[in-house]
Amino acid sequence: MAAKKSQQFDPVETLNAIEEKFEMFQILNEEGEIVNKEADPKLSDEDLQELMRRMVYTRILDQRSISLNRQGRLGFYAPTAGQEASQLASHFALEKGDFILPGYRDVPQLIWHGWPLHQAFLFSRGHFAGNQMPEGLNILPPQIIIGAQYIQAAGVALGLQKRKKDSVAITYTGEGGSSQGDFYEGINFAGAFRAPAIFIVQNNQYAISTPREVQTAAKTVAQKAVAAGIPGIFVDGMDPLAVYVATRDARERAVKGEGPSLIETFCYRYGPHTMAGDDPTRYRTSDIDSEWEKKDPLVRFRKYMEEKGLWNEEQENEVIEKAKEEIKAAIKKADGTPKQKVTDLLGIMYEEVPFHIQEQLDIYKAKESK
Amino acid sequence: MAQLTMIQAITEALKTELKNDENVLVFGEDVGNNGGVFRATEGLQKEFGEDRVFDTPLAESGIGGLAIGLSLQGYRPVPEIQFFGFVFEVMDSISGQMARMRYRSGGSLNAPVTIRSPFGGGVHTPEMHADSLEGLMAASPGLKVVIPSTPYDAKGLLISAIRDNDPVIFLEHMKLYRSFRQEVPEEEYTIPLGKAEVKREGKDLTIVTYGAMVQESIKAAEQLEKEDYSVEVIDLRTIQPLDIETIIASVEKTGRAMVVQEAQKQAGIAANVVAEITDRAILSLDAPVLRVAAPDTVFPFSQAEEVWLPNAKDIVETAKKVLTF
Repeated sequence: MAAKKSQQFDPVETLNAIEEKFEMFQILNEEGEIVNKEADPKLSDEDLQELMRRMVYTRILDQRSISLNRQGRLGFYAPTAGQEASQLASHFALEKGDFILPGYRDVPQLIWHGWPLHQAFLFSRGHFAGNQMPEGLNILPPQIIIGAQYIQAAGVALGLQKRKKDSVAITYTGEGGSSQGDFYEGINFAGAFRAPAIFIVQNNQYAISTPREVQTAAKTVAQKAVAAGIPGIFVDGMDPLAVYVATRDARERAVKGEGPSLIETFCYRYGPHTMAGDDPTRYRTSDIDSEWEKKDPLVRFRKYMEEKGLWNEEQENEVIEKAKEEIKAAIKKADGTPKQKVTDLLGIMYEEVPFHIQEQLDIYKAKESK
Repeated sequence: MAQLTMIQAITEALKTELKNDENVLVFGEDVGNNGGVFRATEGLQKEFGEDRVFDTPLAESGIGGLAIGLSLQGYRPVPEIQFFGFVFEVMDSISGQMARMRYRSGGSLNAPVTIRSPFGGGVHTPEMHADSLEGLMAASPGLKVVIPSTPYDAKGLLISAIRDNDPVIFLEHMKLYRSFRQEVPEEEYTIPLGKAEVKREGKDLTIVTYGAMVQESIKAAEQLEKEDYSVEVIDLRTIQPLDIETIIASVEKTGRAMVVQEAQKQAGIAANVVAEITDRAILSLDAPVLRVAAPDTVFPFSQAEEVWLPNAKDIVETAKKVLTF
């Protein structure tokens, strides 16, 4: 006879118990009301205003980038609207010394970390000068291979630990990225070394067209942290305060030597996957879009701020004007950058130019001087 | 001077650079306490501590990514991929990421990583251990690919590789690990990357080769000498970038050339060397440039290895075709 069920390990029950634990963490609801007072980070008025400014600015940047792309004045672009809380509130919890390993949609965090706007535009246009990182700026250019940044983040974090720095490595991917082997290797390596890393999965519901349910049987991406033996949290990714607190706490644990964390921000991208021909109407309905628009991070944060008397239309318009002006200036600066040449690229393949590349340099020098 | 095997010379090189530069880190699967499955890292963790020489979880892609991340913090990582047949697991980190770091950052970043890895046939390994996959690496712009053929070269080349500011794939032929000893100076010395060595001078034929085929080619040259043929043997040592100047100077002298590689014939290093020779020295040639290589199958199960692998006899046969054309 089998032993009584109560004495046995029940794997199904265990899984259900774990999954139930991963409830959504929220502070600010869709109406802009604090629903979790204990978790309220109580940011200063100035900080709250700065976060609002950054979100409004970035929404404008997204709109302008899309229209510049349509005019043929930008190249590769992955829209960001809907993900402002996930991107900017997580970044708001960082310090200058923290190192960002972004995916290709994570241009806003890089800009707020100090990547000059005209360089972001040059990156979009496919010019290598976009990726020439100013000294002391702790970022990598946006990663194209899904998930590759996760394993590199484990390495940067281990390096920061070995250098005894009070900084973290933070990396971003989408829920599609969480299906990659590199995702698991990244969180597992960082966990094994207790390295100061923050792994953020912006679950924006679709990997290009593939819905989240197709990616995994797991109820949340956050629970994947359990397998790596690291803390994971499932956050309302449209709630800037919740994203901020989750990242701030993960950062605190990391610099205290308590190892990495996984944060899933449950969010949405309103736009297409990229501007290179993706048509979202093929895989989602306008009903789904409007459901998510009700949760919009800017709308709820604006309500909250106005209620507190910290935000008004005038301030909003000021940010919009500033954004438009700076974007215009940055485009002008990007336009003024000399066209990239093949000889530029041949010259940076190796520290010292080898014989065979020198020959090709000479050929392309002649071609390009015609 | 000590008589060392290649594996001992490699350990010496690692020790030298761990001592010289505190940014050098050695890591991989079983490289710490165990000293590596071939003992290449024997005693290093004890001497330099777990912070500098350490085991990683068992995942090659993770090891590659870890190396890139550490290099971004100013370290000089020397990871080991336990067998080079496992490289497919880490191809993105190597060819997609570290090879491109300097280029994609517009020259503002670099990845001074040296990946060491055993490869090569003749030692009866299971599948996916022995394959000669250097051609894959040589096809990735941004990488340097080094394959030593002697203990002396292994030490000097590995020290240069670790000091190099670009990513280097350093491939160690398993059959050469302990097959012979050679005098290796205790003090540090370097052998420049990208420079071939004329192992044996000759007037009638140039054999260009690398890795375990250097010994086979020398054996073949000695046999041919008995038949009054004077054969020059060039050990490439670095297969990417190629030392084209040394190859061409030799071919212009001898007027006949062949290339010997252990890898399959298709799309290999040998084909590339032949192309360079015909591009640059066709008017010096008295005969077609032939190749000795393995047949175009996947690396064989070990029972068929002896016939599959090119050897001195195959080289002599082909050399005669070139010499008597």
